[in-house]
Amino acid sequence: MSTDLEQFYEIFFEESSELLADMEACLLRLDVNSPDLEDLNAIFRAAHSIKGGAGTFGFTDMTEMTHMLETLLDRLRKGELTVRSEMVDAFLKASDVIKAQLAGHRGENEADPKVAKEVCEELKRLSDEIQDRLPNEAIADADIEMGAATVEIDISNVPEVTVNVPQSKNASLKKTYCIEFSSASMGDAAIENLFANLKRLGDLEELSSADKRDQFKLRLSTESSEEDVWETLAFVVDPANLKIELEANDVSRNAGNVQNFSSNISNAPDLCTNEDELSSEKMPPMQGYGFFPGAPAVPKELTNSDLQSNSMQQQSAHVSKNETQNKVNKPSSKVSAPISPATSETSSIRVSIEKVDQIINLVGELVITQAMLAQTTSQLDPVIFEKLLSGMSQLERNTRDLQESVMSIRMMPISFVFSRYPRVVRDLAAKLNKRVELKTVGENTELDKGLIEKIADPLTHLVRNSLDHGIEVAEKRIAAGKPAQGTITLRAFHQGGNLVIEVSDDGAGLNRGKILVKAKERGLPVNDGMSDQEVWSLIFEAGFSTAETVTDVSGRGVGMDVVKRNIQGMGGRIDIESALGVGTRISIRLPLTLAILDGLSVAVGDQMFIVPLNYIIESMQPSAADIKTISGHGRVVQVRGEYLPVIALHEVFNLHSNVTAVHEGILVILEDEGHKAALFVDDLIGQHQVVIKSLESNYRRVQGVSGATIMGDGKVALILDTAALVLASQQEMV
Amino acid sequence: MAKTILAVDDSASIRQMVAFTLKGAGYEVIQAVDGQDALDKASYHQVNLVLTDINMPHMDGLKLLELLRELAHYKNIPILILTTESGDEIKAKGRAAGATGWLVKPFDPKRLLEVISKVID
Amino acid sequence: MSQLQTAITTSNSNNSRAIQMPNEFLTFRLGDEEYGIEILKVQEIRGYDAITQIANAPEFIKGVVNLRGIIVPIIDMRVKFRLGNATYDQFTVVIILNVAGRVVGIVVDGVSDVISLGLEQMRPAPGLGSIIDTEYIMGLGTVDERMLILIDIERLMSSSDMGLLDHTIN
Repeated sequence: MSTDLEQFYEIFFEESSELLADMEACLLRLDVNSPDLEDLNAIFRAAHSIKGGAGTFGFTDMTEMTHMLETLLDRLRKGELTVRSEMVDAFLKASDVIKAQLAGHRGENEADPKVAKEVCEELKRLSDEIQDRLPNEAIADADIEMGAATVEIDISNVPEVTVNVPQSKNASLKKTYCIEFSSASMGDAAIENLFANLKRLGDLEELSSADKRDQFKLRLSTESSEEDVWETLAFVVDPANLKIELEANDVSRNAGNVQNFSSNISNAPDLCTNEDELSSEKMPPMQGYGFFPGAPAVPKELTNSDLQSNSMQQQSAHVSKNETQNKVNKPSSKVSAPISPATSETSSIRVSIEKVDQIINLVGELVITQAMLAQTTSQLDPVIFEKLLSGMSQLERNTRDLQESVMSIRMMPISFVFSRYPRVVRDLAAKLNKRVELKTVGENTELDKGLIEKIADPLTHLVRNSLDHGIEVAEKRIAAGKPAQGTITLRAFHQGGNLVIEVSDDGAGLNRGKILVKAKERGLPVNDGMSDQEVWSLIFEAGFSTAETVTDVSGRGVGMDVVKRNIQGMGGRIDIESALGVGTRISIRLPLTLAILDGLSVAVGDQMFIVPLNYIIESMQPSAADIKTISGHGRVVQVRGEYLPVIALHEVFNLHSNVTAVHEGILVILEDEGHKAALFVDDLIGQHQVVIKSLESNYRRVQGVSGATIMGDGKVALILDTAALVLASQQEMV
Repeated sequence: MAKTILAVDDSASIRQMVAFTLKGAGYEVIQAVDGQDALDKASYHQVNLVLTDINMPHMDGLKLLELLRELAHYKNIPILILTTESGDEIKAKGRAAGATGWLVKPFDPKRLLEVISKVID
Repeated sequence: MSQLQTAITTSNSNNSRAIQMPNEFLTFRLGDEEYGIEILKVQEIRGYDAITQIANAPEFIKGVVNLRGIIVPIIDMRVKFRLGNATYDQFTVVIILNVAGRVVGIVVDGVSDVISLGLEQMRPAPGLGSIIDTEYIMGLGTVDERMLILIDIERLMSSSDMGLLDHTIN
């Protein structure tokens, strides 16, 4: 079975990650004072689903943790216990543990079992607590005569009864089970784990000899129901090799009125003293399935074991008394009961990203073919070929629409990233003893999936930074006349062809003087006359940190430079605005997608290059007089009083150029991070939206080139790495 | 003609494993992600057996059971509940809602095929 | 009985050898030598056109082409191994390879045919004599009077010599 299962691991991992994220989101919005039942249910469901999958795949550590989660959650959602913030903390910790365990099974770092154990114990403590708290009303009911052959089981009361059992009485409610199982194919760790779980249920005694390690015989005395014991074991041990029996002399040993009370909870017949009546039909408490007698489509020739002849039968008989009556009346009322429209939420399908990218590639091809056709047909006589040409323009529209729709498949709302920050802020604020509120605006703004994945880490860093260095402690804020609680705002919106993400805080703001002092200490080239903008950008220098004390939160200034590099790597840029005492706003500007770029095509010799449009200020044909040569440093061009370095593309790329005199060609003025340069090319060809292709998938990185694309004629054109070119020209100038 | 089974589970991994196992045994499998989805699919597919999880968002398995049993051609087909909640409570509810039988998770392919073969072959 | 046993053992070992050793090869010429590469590594054969140069790349990397939407680098093996003058015309052939998860095109002097080689036709490579380093040679094959140098094309293409991968940068 294991080999069969492996192909589903990935699905399970993905699904569990999503469930954990959902769970966390629910937990974070859970109002401890008036918890939303729907949220509790959703959290329960998530834990439950993970448990189901983990059990199936044999990830026992996860099963155990989710089981504990589920137990406590179940009591919460049934209202048997009120939510406390301590529990939410425990849940969050548990979700972290599960996350770590998941990573472990994925082959990443192994989760720390110590932490898991602690969290497990905490959950256990929390769910056990209620038993002390609730009134012990059930005791009266427990006064049932011992030895009765039939026991009334009121199913609707079962859960309450179970929970209401007061701790103090537990000792007398204990039952002793004899457990036998074979551990064939189980690892030592799994066995150890299992023992730990069983011990959690009650007192465990090992009867099997230590030298026979594959066959275990145990005695467990516990107040848990047989069902619980079974569940604990069945997730780990092959049910075929598992036998659980109530110890025969148990009844006499624990003789007392309460004995039958416990039988009232579950598995009543198993406890009956009148054993003869049952022994013939006795089967393992669960063979894993069963049928309901009299239900539709039940197989006619059923063996005894198919019909669950013990407790189930009685219970179901009982239930039918209670509920069939309802049922009789149902059909008429049911049909009229409409299904709430909320249930038909937008459905989605899960498709691998490779498939999507394949479609994008194919559409890219289609666009190219269409462009080629358009080029060819444009030379035809529009009168004679009227129909063909109108078909062509229709094709062009359709292709463009198709391309847009396909690209939108990769788009995901930024909420995928934003949703993780409430947790980050909550944890960190608690750690730093600060009061902070996180606001998010524009969560539905969409961004390419590839970018979503890459933006998360830099953004986390910025949020942590704002909290650590930006927001002041409450006393300081009050002294400054600000509300005690600080606010961090995450905002996303579209602007032009870009997505802008802002991280702003109403904290202390950047301190110009401090930054300058620090920069001087670090030996950075600074002077007091620098503009604010230039000063702020110093914090992106490697190894720069302005925090007075180095914290374990935002670290030692490692990061801001990395943040900047990452953002640039995504084709984006980062800007800072700040006012002392008022706050700081960091804006990240990203292209909407990694896959499409607005570019200007330029020609050098017989080669064509694409210059990303967002770096271009203007293009011009310079007069010879504007070009100056600085000895040993190449040429500069005077543009509106500024001298800009000239980057001759044919020189950079060692190409044969048709034009060598700058004033005979074209200068494209580029700007990157306040630095300008003039790119010298033979000619401008046109503006295009190009599909970015990686050079690296079959080749390697090329200096000065950020990627490639395919032009209308089917030829490859390289996309210039404008930032690198501008940077290189600046260094030459110095 | 191969028998068709409607497998309902909100957990994609469980659902796909169920489907995988059943397909391997020669059944046609229709998958649904929750009760609502299952109900939709049940109404335009000829199904020989329904296998459903209980705890699902939007519409749980019990509700699905009840609603299915009201459809003429689902009155007498086997409907099995597949759930980790092996508790008697849930089984009783399943029975009341019209389930034919139950099967506990963790899911074991052999057991699944065994129980299914009892009801539809 | 024992003879039969032996026969079975031999045929078994033959089988396992046959699995290890590819037996269908695409043959091509480079200078005066004839080479063979495993047919399974060959994706297709096409002509040489519409190439986009890559700046500052080694001379044997002619540039990149668009192969149905993928950007594929083209290596001229004639330049790489300094064989005569590399001309490009309508007869120039590019073998598109699929090696080590990458798609790469190589320009050769001409593709001959696809041949099957039995084990008895293959010999281990002697330590001399080819323009291609012995490290990348799987063995020699003989078909009638022809001698084929069987190249481990995957290994050759992933080598730092080819400069196709970034691993040359330290």
